[in-house]
Amino acid sequence: MEKTINLTLKVWRQNGPREKGRFETYKVNNISTDSSFLEMMDILNEQLINENKEPVAFDHDCREGICGMCSLYINGRPHGPDDDVTTCQLHMRKFNDGDTITIEPWRSAAFPVIKDLIVNRHAFDQIIAAGGYVSVSTGGVPDANAIPIPKKDADDSMDAASCIGCGACVAACKNGSAMLFVSAKVSHLALLPQGRVEAARRAKAMVAKMDELGFGNCTNTGACEVECPKSISLSNIARLNREFLSAKLKD
Amino acid sequence: MSNLLTASIGRKLLMSISGLFLILFLFVHLTINSFLLLDGVLGFEEGQLFNAGVHFMGTNPLIKIIEPVLALGFLVHIVYSLILTFQNMKARGPQRYASGKKTKGVEWTSQNMLPLGIAIFAFLVVHIYNFYMKMKGILPWEPAEVEFPFFGLTATGEDAYTMVHETFQNLGIVIVYVIGSIALAFHLTHGFWSAFQTIGWNNNIWMPRLKVISSVVAIILGGGFTVIALAQYLFF
Repeated sequence: MEKTINLTLKVWRQNGPREKGRFETYKVNNISTDSSFLEMMDILNEQLINENKEPVAFDHDCREGICGMCSLYINGRPHGPDDDVTTCQLHMRKFNDGDTITIEPWRSAAFPVIKDLIVNRHAFDQIIAAGGYVSVSTGGVPDANAIPIPKKDADDSMDAASCIGCGACVAACKNGSAMLFVSAKVSHLALLPQGRVEAARRAKAMVAKMDELGFGNCTNTGACEVECPKSISLSNIARLNREFLSAKLKD
Repeated sequence: MSNLLTASIGRKLLMSISGLFLILFLFVHLTINSFLLLDGVLGFEEGQLFNAGVHFMGTNPLIKIIEPVLALGFLVHIVYSLILTFQNMKARGPQRYASGKKTKGVEWTSQNMLPLGIAIFAFLVVHIYNFYMKMKGILPWEPAEVEFPFFGLTATGEDAYTMVHETFQNLGIVIVYVIGSIALAFHLTHGFWSAFQTIGWNNNIWMPRLKVISSVVAIILGGGFTVIALAQYLFF
């Protein structure tokens, strides 16, 4: 049986990057607990459009938890109160009738607000562009047994590769550090033979770009790991430190 | 290697290495301090073992060499903690979350390393004023010459034990020492494993191990100094 709830939303509104933002309070009624959080936002926007008001700007794309576009800091946590999901996978059944939900954009100096709940995450693209790739053509899909890779390395690499670059780690970090993101990107390539070749150059280039863009210094609090929708492990950060320091010591 | 120390991970490495070095120093310090409790147990007269320990530390050439290195260790650890914290506050930006931070499962200590460090530093100032400056002749101190066993022989030296003993008869000072030791223990529960994480010596298997070792180190050092201060006040 369908259950519906009524909610009060406190939403961050900001007209542009240089404008001063403020919270606006809206009421949405008869929200199905089966709907997703972003569908609830769609209902809010439809309501605002019908009232001739400007809809709330928020990032979204695939709505199935793999593109990394959705963000939103909901009730004190990136991607909301559920664990290991993105905002688009968050269901309204996690909320109760009469709740007030506070919705904010990611807050970090390296992620400036563009409008309302949308922040500029171009910094992550720049870090990837600095070295988060394999620069040689690896050809078509090889036979699975052509290059033997230990199961554990393949698993660890795959786990690291599940990072979708949403930025929840930076949003949760008290230091505004991007180390979990960078460590995942360095790890998933460094663990495989195709990526291993350029591992040292990659670690140095991506860390240099990360520092240049004004992300903070990691203090291993682990808030990133808790809030990561893809459960990227803190041990990736140890691997990044290892890769970076040994690359530097060889220079 | 040229620009290692200008990179974030390089600066963290300095925190890590200096921190581990300071922990090593604390273990030596605690070993000598434990002599305060061992006289009766090992059959010496009160204070003899501790005075011998102080004599050993005061006359050993190796200690003379390591002393400025230790001062450097403190300096690096403190200066870089301030640099890193300042950079992190800048990276965080001025805007706070109105709905707060409700992330669960984050160690309280890991988010309060600077306040804990400041508490330890405040204690350190009191501690240096109480003992170190007197032993180094910066503050007036006229100790009696006493005899004590020293590697099977008998040596004479300053009666440091009486000064320590008298200092710890003051309840206020004992409370300051206990607070300093507890702050140290909390600082180390995060600091120790975090240092290994920063060096890169960590993975999913070692993470729980390092956290356990971290707690053990914290309990031995923080608990050790606390017990010694309390025992001096209560039982000696």
